[in-house]
Order: sequence, then structure tokens, then C-alpha cells
Amino acid sequence: MNPIPVEQLRKTLANKGLVEAIYSSTGRLMTKRQNSIPPEIQDDFQEWREQAHQIKKHTLENLDYYLEQLEENVAVRGGKVIYARDGGEVAEFIVSLAKEKGCRRVVKSKSMTTEEIDLNESLEDAGLETVETDLGEYIIQLAHERPSHIVAPALHKTRYQVGDLFTEKLGVEREEVPEKQTLIARRVLREKFLAADIGITGANYVIADSGAIAIVENEGNARLCSSAPKIQVGIAGIEKLIPRAQDLATFLKLLGRSGTGQPLTVYTSFLSGPRREGEVDGPEEFYLVLLDNGRTRLLEDSAKRQSLYCIRCGACLNTCPVFRKVGGHNYPWIYSGPIGAVITPQYKGISEDPWLPFASSLCGACKDVCPVKIDLPQILLDLRAEAVKAKIRAGEAKLERLAFRLWAWVMRNPRLYEAMSLFSSAITTDEGGSSQNSVPLVFNTGPLKEWLSQRDLPAPPPKTFRQLWKGRSGAEGDSGGQA
Amino acid sequence: MSRDNILHRVRTAIGRSAGQEPEAPPPPLLKIPEVSMDRRIELFSAALEKLSGQAHIAGSQEEAHRVVASLIEGKSAVASNAPYLRECSVTSLPGVFTGYTDGAELREACAQSDVGLTSADYILADTGSLVMLASPEEARLVSLLPPVHIAVVPRERILTGLDELFTLLPNPAERTSSMVLITGSSRTADIEQILIKGVHGPRMVHAVIV
Repeated sequence: MNPIPVEQLRKTLANKGLVEAIYSSTGRLMTKRQNSIPPEIQDDFQEWREQAHQIKKHTLENLDYYLEQLEENVAVRGGKVIYARDGGEVAEFIVSLAKEKGCRRVVKSKSMTTEEIDLNESLEDAGLETVETDLGEYIIQLAHERPSHIVAPALHKTRYQVGDLFTEKLGVEREEVPEKQTLIARRVLREKFLAADIGITGANYVIADSGAIAIVENEGNARLCSSAPKIQVGIAGIEKLIPRAQDLATFLKLLGRSGTGQPLTVYTSFLSGPRREGEVDGPEEFYLVLLDNGRTRLLEDSAKRQSLYCIRCGACLNTCPVFRKVGGHNYPWIYSGPIGAVITPQYKGISEDPWLPFASSLCGACKDVCPVKIDLPQILLDLRAEAVKAKIRAGEAKLERLAFRLWAWVMRNPRLYEAMSLFSSAITTDEGGSSQNSVPLVFNTGPLKEWLSQRDLPAPPPKTFRQLWKGRSGAEGDSGGQA
Repeated sequence: MSRDNILHRVRTAIGRSAGQEPEAPPPPLLKIPEVSMDRRIELFSAALEKLSGQAHIAGSQEEAHRVVASLIEGKSAVASNAPYLRECSVTSLPGVFTGYTDGAELREACAQSDVGLTSADYILADTGSLVMLASPEEARLVSLLPPVHIAVVPRERILTGLDELFTLLPNPAERTSSMVLITGSSRTADIEQILIKGVHGPRMVHAVIV
């Protein structure tokens, strides 16, 4: 069990520059999102969301059928589907493929799925040079860090840090201007693309009726990864399936707007199999690796299954008051924000980071922006219940249970309740107001002290409701006892 | 085998048995608005220009030829094998190399050239997108490696948007191994959210509509 990373959180919050960067960039992304959904398309947008939700629901409820259909169609186009239970099996497949074909150099486009299984490390360990080619991913690969945001992985880095990093790792003259830094990366990576034997991409969608994958991006690196090397390997979680190419029309309109406020991202690639007869370029071999890595476990619970609808747009991160304060690195896994708080405990087990579902104000902003209408707050509540049950099973939380039993007992007993409220007004030090100063010192110690250090407890008013009620309608007599 | 293991786990999780037919999925949501040709061209131009690309309207193939000539003057260009480029005789302009059938030669030419010249199978009015289907006539790297991309397209290929595209091509895999929608110039905002154009792909996209 991992505790709340209190020290790390304090460090983040003390770093004013970082806090400001996270807050303002997520804010900008939200503004862009809003601007890309003007009032005249608001009704359409809601219709797309509902459609996307229903398509995902249907696909996951019949996932085995669509997986088999996909396999057949990939084969028809000359490609091959490989199933992998975990990251180890993915790496094993790629390493043995590389050995068989005599490949040494790998270029990669951005993929959260491969981050999830630390693929780069595994491939490097096996002696394959593996280069991230998305600018943000390249920066964090050089810095040996992990992404702090699903869509903008290097959100936490300043241009000055990037300048230092490029000088240190690439031996280039220090540049502080992002445009020039980008040119440096373009030059270095262009060589990598043209020399690579294997191009690895993720997939935003895996399309059953076409045997195809769809990838959205802005830089062009995923296009290069899937065009230049002779072997292409796409890697996707099994939950990325959609039944038909026609469903893309709906999903593409949602994803670009929700992620970066673009009606469409710059490049949308729809790839099915290797190059065909007579084509001058494109991969000669096409593999699609479908990863489980815990997804079948998420599938089991029909209520929480919708966590798998996620299309990784990042909108829930950008709108979340918790994420916007602390950023992605304070979450225990690569998936952060509300969706991270929802899927991490389900992948890793609730006992690993039991505090995570509680790190939310349940304000519901995430649910409002989710393009596939995942009920994130409800799933967080379900996970909280699970976390508490796990604690009780483990024989913990005895004091907490006792406290709530007492509370329940008092609440069930009107006379006792009345006595308690009179007692608490009587011992309150503050007249009205609402600060923890009003809490009698005797309560502000022991286990309650920490709890109260984060909360203001409003002082009870001088008269209780019951007293007021009696005073107002004295003729009606005692009204409390029978309630 | 992992395949059978995963399929078994999926079926157990969702309570289905092998070979069981699913209920029909919700029908696709495709709506094609009525938009006149002039309006489509207007919308396309506005959308592309918002993405720092540029649309050029040419009244004839001769005019398209002139537009391309002025855009590539003094530059080197590689042209795809699209028949429409030959029809507009832009392939015979000075500095234009074309007719590649060898992958290594094409790649070298694309890596060296200032401009990539292609046609496009469709263009989308509402988003300003070029739709490129890979084929022996349209290689992938021509629209990707050179810093400037120019597409010459007859105007009857303009569609209203994604919904019309996927109505015409319900399954693009039947036509091509690779369909790419190009919407503006290659860009990133990965460093401090500052917008920079021309990361790995072209920094400028021109569409010449004939």
C-alpha cells in the first residue's frame, strides 16, 4: 500500500513556476475546447457524445465478436494481429521480430499504452535503439521522466529546461527559443526516421470492419513512423475497438475538439495492412498488437466497465480542480486526473493506492466534458466504497467505524440528537462565524486534529433549529419526539 | 496461447459464448448538409487559411499551372504520379522531378526537395482538409517530407465534411492501405504551449482548386 505522496505534493505546491504553468496551460486547453464547440454546434456535439457512448458500450458488450472480426480483416489486408497479455509479451514479440528480420533501430510515435508497459526500457534492454519522435515525448525521453499529461507530455517543462537538456544530451549549442529547439529536434529525428527499420505507433481507434487502425496527431511523426520504416507495429489496448470505419466520423469530431480544441487534428491516418501492389512507399509488413494488461478485469464489472470507453483526450484533466493544482506527476501512475483516479485502482487493485479515489471534490466537471460521457464521479464513489470495504476487511479503520456507529446511533435517536446539539452549541467558543477556531479545543486533538487541519467546521448557531421551531410554533407543542 | 486466453477472459467478463451473434450496433450517425459548390469552396478556403495554409482558386487547368509555377519558382519539387498533375502539366515545370517507382529514390528525392506536389482524392469544406489515399499514383512521403506541400485538386472532389467522406467510403480499406486527412500544416505546442509550425511535416500547405 502506498501512502499519499505528501512530501512530493508539498514540493510541487512550493514550486510556484510549475503550479502556474500547469494551471495556465490546462486553462488554455479548456478555452480552446470551448471555442471549438460554438453554440451552433452544441446540439450536434451532444448528439455525437451520446452516439460515441452507445458505440463504446455496444462494442465492449460484444468485444470478443469484434476482436475476431478485426483479426480476419487485418489478415485479409495482409497484416497480422498478435495478442499480448502484458507488457512482457509485447516486448518479447517485438524483440523476436527484430531479431528475425535483422532490425536494430526503432522509431516510436506517442502512445499512452506503451508508456503503460514501459516498452522503451524493455526494447533498449534488448539492444534495440528506441527513439520517441513526438516532440514532447522526445523531451521527456531525453530527461528520463514520465509524461505529466495524456496529451501534452512535457507540460511541466520550461523552454529553459529544454534548452539545457538539448545541450547536455545532444551536444548542441544552447537555444532558448522553442522554434529553434523544434528545428533541432526535427533535424535529429529526421535522420532517425530515415534510418529506422521498425516504426511503432499507438492507435486511437482500432476498426473491426476494416482491419485498420486510426491515429490522430499534429506533428507528422506518426505518419513518418508508419510510412518510412519497412516494418510497422501498431500497439493498442483491446478496448480501442470500434465496429465500423463510419463510426470514426463521430469519434474524430469529438476527439480533436475535446483534446486540443481542433475540429480535426492536423493528421488523421487510417492504416490497414502493409503497402499494396505497385505502391512506391509504405511499410512492407504490418503487425497489430492487442494488449490486455488488466483490461479484461475492468470489463467484468458492468457498472465500472465504462472506464474503458475513454478515448484519452485529456479534457477531464484540464477541467479538474485537483489536477490543475497538482499536475500529473503526483498521481501514482501514468494515467492522471479524474480518469487516472478511476482506472489506476482498477488496474492495480484498490489496496495499492486506496487514497486515490478520495483525491477529488466530486464536483462533476469531468463528467460534463467527457466526450464519451463516462460517469467519472459515480465510479469514484464506487471505488471509495471499495476502498473502505477493503480497509474493514483488513481490520483497519476501527476508530472510524466506531465513530460512525456512534453517529448513526445519535442520528436514530431524536432525544439524544437534541441533547447533543444543545451540548455542542453550549460548548462552542465562537459566536456564529465559521472557522475551526470555533471547535472546542478538546476536539482539536488526537485523530481529529489532522482532519480538522484541512477543514473549517462551522460553529453551530446560538439556537438550534428545534429551539427556533418551538419558539415559532409554540401552540403546536412538541414536534420533535415523533419524527 | 495468449489469443485464446484473452478471448476467453473477455467472454467470461461480458457473459458471451463463442460464435454468438451480437445485437446490431447503433446505426452510424452521418448527416450530409446541403451546401452549394461556391459555398463549399468559400468554407474550405476560410478553414485552410485559419490553419495557416492557403487556398488558390484557379479558373482553368492553365491557370492552375501558372499558380503552381509561381509557387515553386526557383525551388526544387518532387511530384507524385497523380494523373491530374500531368493533366495540368505541372509535372513539366522546371525544377520538378516525378515518375518515381523505386522507394529509395523517391525517399531521397522527397528528403532533398523544397516542395512536394500532389493531387488529393477529396477535400473537405468544413475543416479545410485534404484526403490522400495512398496508391501507386500517390506515394505517402511526397506530402510529408518536403517543407512545403502543394495539392492540385479539381473542384468536383470537394465534399462537405467527414460525414460525406465516410458515406462515400464506408470502408476505406477496400480502396487503400492508407488514407490520411491533412488539416493544415504540421505543428506542435509541446514546449510551453507555444505554437510552432513544420515539426516533422510541411510548415506550409497550399491547395489549388481548379
